[in-house]
Amino acid sequence: MYRYDEFDREFVTSRVAQFRDQVERRVSGELTEDNFKPLRLQNGVYLQLHAYMLRVAVPYGTLNSSQMRMLGHIARKYDRDYGHFTTRQNIQFNWPKLADIPDILEDLASVEMHAIQTSGNCIRNVTADHLAGAAADEVADPRPYAEILRQWSTIHPEFLFLPRKFKIAVIGSPNDRAAMQFHDIGLEVRKNDAGELGLRVFVGGGLGRTPMIGKMIRDWLPEEDMLSYCEAILRVYNLYGRRDNKYKARIKILVHETGLDDLKKDIEAEFERIKDGVLKLPDEDVAAIAAYFAPSEFADLPAKDDGLEQAKLDNRSFARWVDRNVVEHAQSGYAIVTVALKGTGEAPGDATSAQMDVLADLGEKYSFDELRVSHEQNVILPHVQLSDLKAVYDALLEAGMASANAGLITDIIACPGLDYCALATARSIPVAQELSQRFADLDCQNDIGDLKLKISGCINACGHHHVGHIGILGVDRRGEELYQVTLGGSGDEQAAVGEIIGRGFSKDEIGDAVETIVDTYLARRLSDDEAFLETYRRLGPQPFKDALYPAKETA
Amino acid sequence: MSTLKNPIAFTANNLLDGEVVWLGRNGGWVKSIDEARVFGTEEERAMGAAEAAQADADNLVVEPYEIDLNLDEGRIAPAKFRERIRAAGPTMRLDLGKQAELSQPEALVAA
Repeated sequence: MYRYDEFDREFVTSRVAQFRDQVERRVSGELTEDNFKPLRLQNGVYLQLHAYMLRVAVPYGTLNSSQMRMLGHIARKYDRDYGHFTTRQNIQFNWPKLADIPDILEDLASVEMHAIQTSGNCIRNVTADHLAGAAADEVADPRPYAEILRQWSTIHPEFLFLPRKFKIAVIGSPNDRAAMQFHDIGLEVRKNDAGELGLRVFVGGGLGRTPMIGKMIRDWLPEEDMLSYCEAILRVYNLYGRRDNKYKARIKILVHETGLDDLKKDIEAEFERIKDGVLKLPDEDVAAIAAYFAPSEFADLPAKDDGLEQAKLDNRSFARWVDRNVVEHAQSGYAIVTVALKGTGEAPGDATSAQMDVLADLGEKYSFDELRVSHEQNVILPHVQLSDLKAVYDALLEAGMASANAGLITDIIACPGLDYCALATARSIPVAQELSQRFADLDCQNDIGDLKLKISGCINACGHHHVGHIGILGVDRRGEELYQVTLGGSGDEQAAVGEIIGRGFSKDEIGDAVETIVDTYLARRLSDDEAFLETYRRLGPQPFKDALYPAKETA
Repeated sequence: MSTLKNPIAFTANNLLDGEVVWLGRNGGWVKSIDEARVFGTEEERAMGAAEAAQADADNLVVEPYEIDLNLDEGRIAPAKFRERIRAAGPTMRLDLGKQAELSQPEALVAA
């Protein structure tokens, strides 16, 4: 993975010193809150309901064991012994004291991490497929592209005060596991017929109060032009994006209101003007960055491991965990493990410091010192030998992280919601916990099969409810929490925004409503192999509406 | 002296540690809503607002604002659910926030 060079180290260190000085000046009264707020936000520091919150960037979701161990250390030393992995592949600490944050940033810098540009109207942490560099279906590792974008976008002087925040996602396989089409810019690394690498470019995707699927603006962009093209997009957005209304300030609104064709003319004209300039990527620079992400030194192993097969026969729980949480690796004899931070009744994405230590140890011992954070709020061990899976499982079981529910109905995404977030209008985590308990039976979950359930506690959609097969949005209706249900959303390559199914449900009703939806699916699916989303796409919303809102009998 | 429709209190977060605080009965900012000062008239409200703004200007607290209260048998409770959560802590982590120090934390956030 990428390692800081002298420039990176100097920059991050000086930024910590700068922020320490800013905090001191705030505490002394030299800076008012109005002065200080934009500075703290640029360093990932929010003020939430109960306390400050620090959002730490995990670039494209990749981290090593030292970094994971440091996150555990921060949780233990400065916070309340846990952290929350987010849908942006980041981690949030919910209780830091302002006075401690410079020390936290210094500790992070010691392992090449920071919180820069995790907030504010700038280009945020670039996200990527969490199976990058390991997935069997991969055309190319998207992380070198994400790293190049990170270097370009970090304190890019022209793009630090955009009309609104700006999110970029990169994938390197035809199967989208990063909700790429729901980003301001989505990039798909692909190969042309000549075997050259390039990018398919999407623009104007997003969730929030106006969900939009990104529109393809370029089917093919040579990789050497990636930065020039992104700069052209950002420059046109920076020029024309609305600044008078924050709810209409994202590029998705500009694309929608201007029309892709018109906007594309401006973007292409700007691209044409700058494409042979300083942003053109030299092959040697691309190769140098790509070298950081070179495949690990995998052993030459058979595709099947007899010990693993025997262990599965001996231990049904282990076999079920392998079935759900382990997927094929590009390299024979290896597998990708999803550690679901979704134990029954637990807050999605939360991990204790002790669990982070266990994850760090497992990454170090069994996964070439590498871990990933997924946008589905799980942690991935990307390169595990088949013969080590049982040892990994045993360690996870002991640490309370062996839930065999990856991709099932209890593998829920949920934002922090009104329990923590100053923007939230309703609670998310307690709804997730109730549903997790309601569907806890693993036989029942496996019978339901693949189902993505996503919960947001406000219209900003951090819980990605629009792209849940079942999406739940919590709102405030006259002081009461009300939960709206959307069905049929999808964040994969067949991107779709869920449809609102009807009137919302109270907190007491939402569990039954989800169960009714699931029961309707089970009763109407053509076979056990027809997944929820396929059934919904075949039948449309009506059977679900009929089940949720039965017509009242008239006397 | 005009009486307010609802009694109110002033709340903010401490600058240094971010902890939720309210303007207290005995002056200053307090960490428990039980000790919050209740303002019942327009005149008192103006006085409280000035006191809160001064604390903001003095860099003691961040972004103070007023909240509506319900007074139930003399016990102070914020009218809005959001503020009840601020006064107690996360509803699914009773070991966190102010409720962690109470013997029967559920009472504060019962919806």
